[in-house]
Amino acid sequence: MDIDHHDITVSVNGKQYRRRVESRMLLSDFLRHDLALAGTHVGCEHGVCGACTILLDGQPIRSCLMLAVQANHHELSTVEGLTNPAGEYHPLQQAMHDHHGLQCGYCTPGILMTMTAFLDENACPSEDEVREALSGNLCRCTGYQSIVDAVLAAAMRMRS
Amino acid sequence: MKPAPFKYIAASSLGDALALKAEHGDDAKFLAGGQSLIPTMNFRLARPTILIDINKIDGLAGIRASSGATRIGALTRYRALQRDAAFAMAFPLIGEALPHIAHPQIRNRGTIGGNLSHADPASELPAIAVALGARFRVQAAKQERWVEAPDFFVGALTTGLKPDEMLVEIELPLAKPRTGSCFMEIARRRGDFAIAGTAVIVTLDERDECIEVRLAFCGVGETPIDASSAADALVGNKPTETAIIDVAKSVQAMIDPGGSVHATADYQRHIAGVLTERALQTACQRARDGH
Repeated sequence: MDIDHHDITVSVNGKQYRRRVESRMLLSDFLRHDLALAGTHVGCEHGVCGACTILLDGQPIRSCLMLAVQANHHELSTVEGLTNPAGEYHPLQQAMHDHHGLQCGYCTPGILMTMTAFLDENACPSEDEVREALSGNLCRCTGYQSIVDAVLAAAMRMRS
Repeated sequence: MKPAPFKYIAASSLGDALALKAEHGDDAKFLAGGQSLIPTMNFRLARPTILIDINKIDGLAGIRASSGATRIGALTRYRALQRDAAFAMAFPLIGEALPHIAHPQIRNRGTIGGNLSHADPASELPAIAVALGARFRVQAAKQERWVEAPDFFVGALTTGLKPDEMLVEIELPLAKPRTGSCFMEIARRRGDFAIAGTAVIVTLDERDECIEVRLAFCGVGETPIDASSAADALVGNKPTETAIIDVAKSVQAMIDPGGSVHATADYQRHIAGVLTERALQTACQRARDGH
């Protein structure tokens, strides 16, 4: 079969990129290999672990379950875009640091993208709501408690 | 890049998509949310040579009222159902089940039509469609037909869709007065496929006797299982605790779960009985309370 190529334009963290991609290129691989945005991590590559979570038009999705060509003319956000222009951490990044919400850090970008989008919609979440929102992201180091603590602390800080 | 090579075509209209499918048949697959198809392609269990992306087709997504029923476009995402307060009020059974369906990231992409067409017997929506008495509008390039939910699901991951057809719309009849429903499932982790799950709908008359009882299961067979006949004895009678226990026993005798490394067939049967009792009691209470 001839290689099936498509020209796409995507916006990632506010920056426009034009690239030619093979149709079978996963969005996760496109971000990492073509755009060199390797902050998006790839774990299971079949939609179970949540490490590759990014935002598609503001909503968390698994980038390993979408083709790069499908992202044409869409807006993506990745962990590289979480700091402010001065390079300061997002409140959730700071809270993850303060509360030891990570050990190896492999799942962290996916968790940050899932939970920053969650906090944008739910400024005052209960612990149960945080755990429900976190349920699509696997972490094998922390046992989750410290991540939940970090999200609740970040929510409080973002409210004040 | 994990999937095998394929040609990608973004269909511009439903007619365009159906013409392509008619031309390529089983070699082509429709790509909706991709939350089941892309994983199987990543594993190379599925190797379609053509992928017809239907995400850009106007009018395939959305919820609309039709006489005595609600129609859901096949491309409607779980998220849209979950965020539609009027829909959740009209179909509390679906509202109760949605949090059990995978995780937020999957619900943001996954579509109703994609889920039903994938026909995973452990999936929640097929059983719910059977319990609700849903009808599916199935379209090909030159004709369309309506299929009753139980006839749509032929086997595990197998539907009655022909190679040139697409499920385009799901019609749900509105609930009668004094109807209560309940969805319950047991999964190893929240969001996983169920070891067993049940969707129950009960309609009571003014004397609290059952007019109709609908009972469907996911995870305990090759297709969603319609077990409503296990509750035949309830119709015309009050749903007493003893009568409900009898229904649970009938369900256990009726189903033939396959068992797996995570749950033996006996355990699945046990769970199905327990869920029947709990969900029936809850649905009856809700019918009496008027919601």
